[in-house]
Amino acid sequence: MKSFTYERADTVAAATAAFARAKDARFIAGGTNLLDLMKLEIETPAHLIDVSRLALDRIDATPEGGLRIGAMVRNTDLASDTRVRRDYGLLSRALVAGASGQLRNKATTAGNLLQRTRCPYFYDTNQPCNKRKPGTGCAAIGGFHRLHAVIGASDACIATHPSDMAVAMRALDASVETVDAAGKARVIPIADFYRAPGTTPHLETVLAPGELITAVTLPKPVGGTHIYHKVRDRASYAFALISVGVVVQKDGTGRVALGGVGYKPWRVSAADAELPRGAKAVTAALLDGAKPGHENAYKLPLVERTLAGVLAQAKG
Amino acid sequence: MKFDTPATTNPIDRLKVVGKPTNRIDGPLKTTGTAPYAYERHDVAANQAYGYVVGSAIAKGRIASINLDDAKAAPGVVAIVTAADAGTLGKGNFNTAKLLGGPEIEHYHQAIALVVADSFEQARAAASLVRVEYVRAKGAYDLAAAMDTATKPKASFGVEADTSVGDFASAFASAPVTIDARYATPDHTHAMMEPHASIAAWQDDKLTLWTSNQMIAWSVGDMAKTLGIPKENIRLDSPYIGGGFGGKLFIRADALLAALGAKAAKRPVKVALPRPFVTNNTTHRPATIQRVRIGATADGKITAIGHESWSGDLPGGGPETAVAQTRLLYAGANRMTAMRLAVLDLPEGNAMRAPGEAPGLMALEIAVDEMAEKLGMDPIAFRVLNDTQVDPEKPSRPFSQRRLNECMQTGADKFGWARRNAKPGSARDGRWLVGMGVAAAFRNNLNGPSAARVRLDRSGIVTVETDMTDIGTGTYTIIAQTAAEMMGLPLDRIVVKLGDSAFPVSAGSGGQWGANSSTAGVYAACVKLREMVTEKLGFDAATAIFADGKVSVGRRSAALEKAADDSELVAEDKMEYGDLAEKYQQSTFGAHFAEVGVDAMTGEIRVRRMLAVCAAGRILNPKAARSQVIGAMTMGAGSALMEELAVDKRFGFFVNHDLAGYEVPVHADIPHQDVIFLDETDPTTSPMKAKGVGELGICGVAAAIANAVYNATGVRVRNYPITLDKLLDKLPDIA
Repeated sequence: MKSFTYERADTVAAATAAFARAKDARFIAGGTNLLDLMKLEIETPAHLIDVSRLALDRIDATPEGGLRIGAMVRNTDLASDTRVRRDYGLLSRALVAGASGQLRNKATTAGNLLQRTRCPYFYDTNQPCNKRKPGTGCAAIGGFHRLHAVIGASDACIATHPSDMAVAMRALDASVETVDAAGKARVIPIADFYRAPGTTPHLETVLAPGELITAVTLPKPVGGTHIYHKVRDRASYAFALISVGVVVQKDGTGRVALGGVGYKPWRVSAADAELPRGAKAVTAALLDGAKPGHENAYKLPLVERTLAGVLAQAKG
Repeated sequence: MKFDTPATTNPIDRLKVVGKPTNRIDGPLKTTGTAPYAYERHDVAANQAYGYVVGSAIAKGRIASINLDDAKAAPGVVAIVTAADAGTLGKGNFNTAKLLGGPEIEHYHQAIALVVADSFEQARAAASLVRVEYVRAKGAYDLAAAMDTATKPKASFGVEADTSVGDFASAFASAPVTIDARYATPDHTHAMMEPHASIAAWQDDKLTLWTSNQMIAWSVGDMAKTLGIPKENIRLDSPYIGGGFGGKLFIRADALLAALGAKAAKRPVKVALPRPFVTNNTTHRPATIQRVRIGATADGKITAIGHESWSGDLPGGGPETAVAQTRLLYAGANRMTAMRLAVLDLPEGNAMRAPGEAPGLMALEIAVDEMAEKLGMDPIAFRVLNDTQVDPEKPSRPFSQRRLNECMQTGADKFGWARRNAKPGSARDGRWLVGMGVAAAFRNNLNGPSAARVRLDRSGIVTVETDMTDIGTGTYTIIAQTAAEMMGLPLDRIVVKLGDSAFPVSAGSGGQWGANSSTAGVYAACVKLREMVTEKLGFDAATAIFADGKVSVGRRSAALEKAADDSELVAEDKMEYGDLAEKYQQSTFGAHFAEVGVDAMTGEIRVRRMLAVCAAGRILNPKAARSQVIGAMTMGAGSALMEELAVDKRFGFFVNHDLAGYEVPVHADIPHQDVIFLDETDPTTSPMKAKGVGELGICGVAAAIANAVYNATGVRVRNYPITLDKLLDKLPDIA
């Protein structure tokens, strides 16, 4: 681990100002991913700004009838909030499908969105990885890639985004609220939040340096049946091979998002429109243009079969 | 004491303490965090510095240059050790590759330097500043591709590469019912909780090593050989071990580099291997490719059985002895087994829990299930029909005890085997396809010479000292039970001290030989102590009874501690063995049952319940033994369903080298397990009449689960682990 300095911010303005002042700074909240990456020197910040004590730990109703989830709300608290459980069951279920109780107690809403890939080559600093060290190549391509992306990947990177929570957020049309160093706030629809790897897989979101997530908002509840099915080799405490999150209405319409298939939670509006026609049609639209390798080609039929099971379950 | 005739009645048979389901005497220390593990021995030597290992970034080749300037200049750095300045080093008998590599590199993450600093963080940060230029060489990393280059290995640990009885080829060719199938098992890592760790301190030319090691005497010897110093100058101390599973049978880089680091730093140095190094720096269970052929008569009698296995290892390494059990498990007049070994430049292969039998039964016991189905027989009935009470390769040699059939039948009753539908894919529970599977468990019993010292003090406490290790198995407790039984004392009058090379040399922990061998050594020492006691008290040794803290002959009786009134009594002895293990085939047996559910849509496989029925001689402590077996069943479930080191065949290393990437079962994977021990004693094994169970527990588990998956789905997967991607295209269509 590289030596670093540390300060704790008391206000959002102080946090972003500290970032502007410091060289090579990172915000830290739960630290469940960043600290591991620092120990491996995959992340080597010179300065950490602890935002975990910011007063961003509330879940409030919005005037529009939705919820505004503070960036520092812990995954455990978010999953167990009665309003979330009642109106956004998909989110609650996705959260508890992730990590372990101990990690969910530490992990924050904003940090969950920003967690980095679990590609094993990203974690091994002897190996080429364009995400870790731009320009060095991608060892996963042609290597062990059973867990990797089947869609949206590039010749530079086939990593997946590991979050379960983000899949639910995507299906629920969440928005990310941020403040930048100049104090300017903006709202980013989660659909636009993650950047495709292209030739720059080290750039993962549209956040500018020093831009701090303050909240994630959910629009007013859409009703329907909420199901999150995470498919994995072991029953708990494992990242998804693929996951399927759906909200299905009585008339068979709804929305669907996938985890474990790409660099972001995967949702396609044309696929939502196919929901009344069933899993095959939805999958064809969702994964149109997929380019799997030989080790991860199973993800395509797995998505279709999992979705078929989920849709059958939604029908009751 | 020499054990060369079958045991008759002895004080252990009283079973006042031995045989009771006793809580572990070291349990309170472990559950309160007061049993110090190697890396936590803060108090044993002052001024400890921290060493961090630098591992090779390539799998094969050589170091062109190594630049230490930045690392040496980093804050807190005290010393750096590389092969260039470590002096001449030998290699241990149990090591294949060098523990400190360079300039030649033999495998990925082979240690090439140790950076020693005042703090762990400083050592780790400085280690990343060691600049190394490599010249890569071409290596072989793909077992399937290297099969054709595999050769016949020499015998290892007395296990020949090939055996042949009768005329296998003709018998197989003419058998009315046959199967000929190929199976594959992947590389496995031990994934014990405590990684390898050592603290080293020198006093003049004498080295003390506080470490985590299963085999103290082997490791003293290998340390001496590697450092080129006399064994007498080395003390190893390993009282608590956070799991080993065979990964700590030998000295590894942590031990050697701590010693070299301490010498260079002129102060004590501690080294722990980071988790990825457990995978790529130390040993692992090698992958196998196996071919099993069975021929039988139409009514199910095996006439030909053949088992071949291919595995790989570094030059000078050995094979995974995956055909070993097939030499003994089933009858059949015509038989062959063969092992072939390819050179692979992956990290070093070696023993992991039930080496040989664990992967061997993963293949054989699927083949037996396939054969039973082909014959239209119940797989238990097929096994029972082909039972043998003699070594089928040497029929004049009987098994000392063999109750495999009883294990099978007891398990069948208990598990509800009769409810199994023999037609695959026909049982359903909602979205789950449900199936049951069975497999035989088989693992040989091994005895090793084992010595112990026992002391009786004037307060009536008996202290046992032996270099035996407790790797989490319950050794402290069964040794205390043995001494208590022999001396007629309650358990709380016994103190057990283990793991110190200053103590008499034991059998150590491995190959499930530890329990029987080490307690037999304590038995021998206690026999001697009893003689000293009776002599001191003037009692007739032959008729004296040691019970309830007293020694009695007829109406005469004296408190045991009376014998130590003037001075402590100290007895030491070693149990050694005659040829009973040659006259009798001593093995342990069991039957594993598993019920699984397979999600008909996603192919997710979940174990629903498991049962093991074991026949393994006297069970010294049913509670500890049960824990061993359920732990082994859990490990077996891992090897069935998820455990696989992913090989990068271009760069030559195991990619998923942490516990996020290498999945082992979690609680949610193991809903219900049960263990039954048949009531058994084996007088040919030792006065304890015991055998081992810690490895028997994993043998056959994966195949039972594989057979259950087949019964649930009708999909036969012969390539472990059985993951959903291997089932998906054969599951029922989605409507």
